[in-house]
Amino acid sequence: MQQTFEIVVIGGGPAGIAAAVAASQSSKRVAVLDDNPRVGGQIWRGGPGLAQPKAAARWFYQLETANVRVFNGARVIHADASARTLQAETTREIFPIGYQNLILATGARELFLPFPGWTLPNVMGAGGFQALVKSGLPIAGKRVVVAGTGPLLLAVAAYLCDHGANVARICEQASSSSLAAFALRMLAFPGKLREALSLRYKSRFAKYATQSWPVSAHGKISLESITISESGRLREIPCDYLACAFHLIPNTELPRMLGCHLNQEAFVETDELQQTLHQGIYCAGEPTGIGGVELSTIEGRIAGHAAANDKRAAAKLFPARARYRKLAAAMKQAFRLRPELATLAKPDTFLCRCEDVTLHQVRQHNSWKSAKLHTRCGMGPCQGRICGAAANFLFGWNIESARPPVFPARCESLAAISSLTSSLTTETEPPQFHGGFQ
Amino acid sequence: MTGLTGTADVLIAGAGIVGAACAWELAKAHLRVAVVDQSFPASGATGAAMGHIVVMDDSEAQFALTRYSQTLWDELRDDLPANVEFDRCGTIWVATDEAELAEVRRKSAYYCERAVPTEILDSAALQNAEPSLLAPLAGGLLVPGDSVVYPAAAAAYFLERAAALGAKLHLGKRITKLGQGTTRLEDGTTLEAGKLINASGQLAAKLTPGIQVKPRKGHLVITDRYPGTVHHQLVELGYLKSAHSVATDSVAFNVQPRKTSQLLIGSSRQYGVEHDKVEPVILSRMLQRAFEYIPKLRALSAIRVWTGFRPATPDKLPLIGPCLEDPTLYLATGHEGLGITTSLATAKLMAAQILNSAPKIPMEPYLPSRQMVADVHA
Amino acid sequence: MPENVTVYVNDLPVTVPTGATVAVAVMLSSNVCRTSVSGEPRAPLCAMGACFECRVEINEVRHLRSCQVACEPQMKIKVGR
Repeated sequence: MQQTFEIVVIGGGPAGIAAAVAASQSSKRVAVLDDNPRVGGQIWRGGPGLAQPKAAARWFYQLETANVRVFNGARVIHADASARTLQAETTREIFPIGYQNLILATGARELFLPFPGWTLPNVMGAGGFQALVKSGLPIAGKRVVVAGTGPLLLAVAAYLCDHGANVARICEQASSSSLAAFALRMLAFPGKLREALSLRYKSRFAKYATQSWPVSAHGKISLESITISESGRLREIPCDYLACAFHLIPNTELPRMLGCHLNQEAFVETDELQQTLHQGIYCAGEPTGIGGVELSTIEGRIAGHAAANDKRAAAKLFPARARYRKLAAAMKQAFRLRPELATLAKPDTFLCRCEDVTLHQVRQHNSWKSAKLHTRCGMGPCQGRICGAAANFLFGWNIESARPPVFPARCESLAAISSLTSSLTTETEPPQFHGGFQ
Repeated sequence: MTGLTGTADVLIAGAGIVGAACAWELAKAHLRVAVVDQSFPASGATGAAMGHIVVMDDSEAQFALTRYSQTLWDELRDDLPANVEFDRCGTIWVATDEAELAEVRRKSAYYCERAVPTEILDSAALQNAEPSLLAPLAGGLLVPGDSVVYPAAAAAYFLERAAALGAKLHLGKRITKLGQGTTRLEDGTTLEAGKLINASGQLAAKLTPGIQVKPRKGHLVITDRYPGTVHHQLVELGYLKSAHSVATDSVAFNVQPRKTSQLLIGSSRQYGVEHDKVEPVILSRMLQRAFEYIPKLRALSAIRVWTGFRPATPDKLPLIGPCLEDPTLYLATGHEGLGITTSLATAKLMAAQILNSAPKIPMEPYLPSRQMVADVHA
Repeated sequence: MPENVTVYVNDLPVTVPTGATVAVAVMLSSNVCRTSVSGEPRAPLCAMGACFECRVEINEVRHLRSCQVACEPQMKIKVGR
C-alpha cells in the first residue's frame, strides 16, 4: 500500500527540517524521510532528545508542531522520477512513498584521505567522532587529536573539551595566511565570528596548529599515537583518538539516480528556487554546495516554499542566501586542500577499506571503472562512498552514474522496487538456462 | 610465418576474455599479436559476467566445446593467480518435481556416456548438500567438475601472459574499421596485420556488418558476505519445460557462491533492449524466482546490481573461424552466456585455423560460414 | 524512560545511556566491530552511515551499521566477524 504526500523531503538535517517546516505552512501534506534513528542530520545529530544549539531547538520545535509526517530510520534505496515514487527501507519493512514534489536534502559526508594507519580503530571522522560522543561515548580524560580542515575542527574540539576530553592538538592543513584572509571576510558576519571566537575559547587549552596534517597513525590493536607534519616538521603525539576529516563532500547518489544534473564541481545544479533541472525535484543544503548550517536552512526554506508554490515567501529569502553564499565561497577558498595531502598514502596503504585494496593496486589503472573491476576497489558495501571520494581527490577520477540500490538493501526490498514503476510488465515465460551471466 | 605480414601477424579487436585467450594462445605460437580495445580489459560482457565454467548439453556441439574448454581450465588451474578466484565448487541442477527428476536422469546418462562425472541427488541428499534450499525439493544433479572464476581477473591474466610473450595492447582505442588486413582507429591511426580477429562480443556486428550477433541483456545482483550460505553453483532445471524462446524476456534461478563468500544472484535475459539501465520489473522477477528456491535470500543485504550484454547467435553456438568475404578476417564472438567457459577452447580452435594445425575437436559447427548457408535456405 | 539500556556484545553485558547507538556499545566493550577482508580489526570511521566500517550482527541480522541503530534492551550484538 503506497502512501502519497504532496511534498516529500529526503533528509532530516537542517535543510530538510527547514524545507518541511516551510512547506507545511501551505497546509500541504508533507513527509520527511531520514536514514538516522532521529532527525537533526549530522550537525544536530541525536535530535531533540539531546542538548542542542538554540537554533536547532527552535527548528525541532517547529517540526514537531508542524503537520509533517517524519519517517526515521528510513533510507531511500530507489527513486523513480517518472513514476514520482520512492522505495524506502527500514530495519523492519519496505514501503513505497509517492510524491508530487520532492526536496532532496541529502546532506554531506566527511572527506577521508588515506594515510598509513588510517584503518586503525579509533581513527575517526571529526564530525563522526563528535557524533559518537553525542550518542553516549564517554571521553572524559581521553587524549584526542583533531585534524583535517575546515571550521568544523574548531567546533568539534570545543565540544570535546566541553565533555572533558584532553584535546592535544588541532591540526589545520590550511596556512595561517589563508585563515587570516578568511577571518577578514568573516568580519561581515559578526555572529559567525563571535561563534568562532567562543569555540576557540572553549578549546583554548588545545594547541591550534596551521599548515599541519596527519602523516601516519600508529598502534598495535588500536590507535596509540599519530605523527603529524607541522609547518614542515614531523612530530609524534600520543593519543587515544584521532578525529580527522578533510571537510565535506555532498551526498549526491540519490540526486544522480534521479537524473539531476551536477555542475563541474559535482554539486547539484539548481535554479533560484532551488529546483533542479527536473521539474518538481528540488535540492537544498550541502548537495548544492558546502555552505554550513545557516545556508542550508535558508536553502531548505526556499525549497519548501517553492515546492508548496509560494514563490513570494521563497523570494524573500534570496538576499540572505546570497549573503551566506559569499561566506561559503570564502570558506571554500580558505580551506582548499593542499596537494601534499594526495601523497600521504604509501603503496601498501589501503585505499578501499571495504575490500582492503591498496593504493598500489588502484594506481595501476587509469579510470575508476577499470580500477573497480580489476581490484574490487569500491565494490564493497560503502559502494565507493569513501574510496571513490578519495580516488577523486588523488587521481581526479570521475564518479560514475548511480544505480539502485542507492544504499545496500535487503534483497526483498530490491525485489519490491518494481511495484513503483508504471512501466509495462513483461510477459511471464517459463525460465531457461542462461549461461554466463545467468 | 608465410602469409602473415604487416606490423603484427594477428590483430585482435576486443580485450574481453575471448580476445585475451586468443592473444595468449597465438602469442604462445610465436606470432606477433596486437590487441585493441575501446576501453580497458574485460570492460564489456566479461566484466559483467558471472564466471561459471560449466559443461552444457543443449547440443552435441555445445557439449563438445564446453567440455573441451573445461578441461583446458582445469589444466590451467594451478597457474591461475589468486585473484582469478578459481573455485571448483561444482554445479547442482535443481529439480522441483518428477518431470525435472526425469530430466536429471537423462542428463546424468548423457554426461556419463561422455565420461563427465555426475551424481544424482535425491531430496534428502540435495537438502544435505544445500541446506539453504527450500525443502523438500525433488532432487538434483551434481556436476562436481564445474567451476567458478572471476572473469575480469582471468582476462587480465591472459593478457598479461600474452604481453609477456610480446603481445602489444592498445587500450582506450576505438576501432572505426576492421577488414582487409587493416584496422583504422578513431584517432586516425592505422594498424596493419596479416590476420584480424573480431572478438568484440556483442559489438562484433558493428565492426563486421552482416553477421548475426545480437546483444542479449542480463541483470545480476551481488550480496554482502555470507559464508556458508550456498556451496555449489545452483541452477534450476525448469528451463527444460519450455522450448528455448528467443522472443520474450525471461528469468531463471541461478545462484553462485563466490570465493569472497558473497552470492551472485541471476539470471535474466532480454532481447531488443539497448540501454544498460537496471530494470526494476526484470530485477524483481529475477529475485522473486530466486526466493522461491532459497527463501532466506530475502533478508540478505544486496550491495550492487548491474547489467551486461551477451553476444547471442540464433543457433546458440559461437562464431569461430574465417569470415568468407574477407580472407584476412576471422570471427571469435557470439558466445552468448558461455564465453567465460568456452574462451580457452575458442582460442585453441582459432589458433588451429590460423596456424593450419589439427584441432582437438571438430570445428565445423562453429564456423561462421554456417550463418551464410542458413541465409541461403531462409 | 529509564536512563540506561543494557545490551549484549558477544554475550557480555554493556550498559549505555538510553538513545546511544550500537556503535557506542561496541566501543565501550570490544572496540572492534568487524574483521576486515585481510584480517584487520575495524571500528567506526564516519559514524554517519556512509562508510560501513561499523557493521555488526544485531539480533541475528548481519551487516548492519551499528552507528545507525539505537540500542534496545536485551539486544544481542555480535562483533569481530
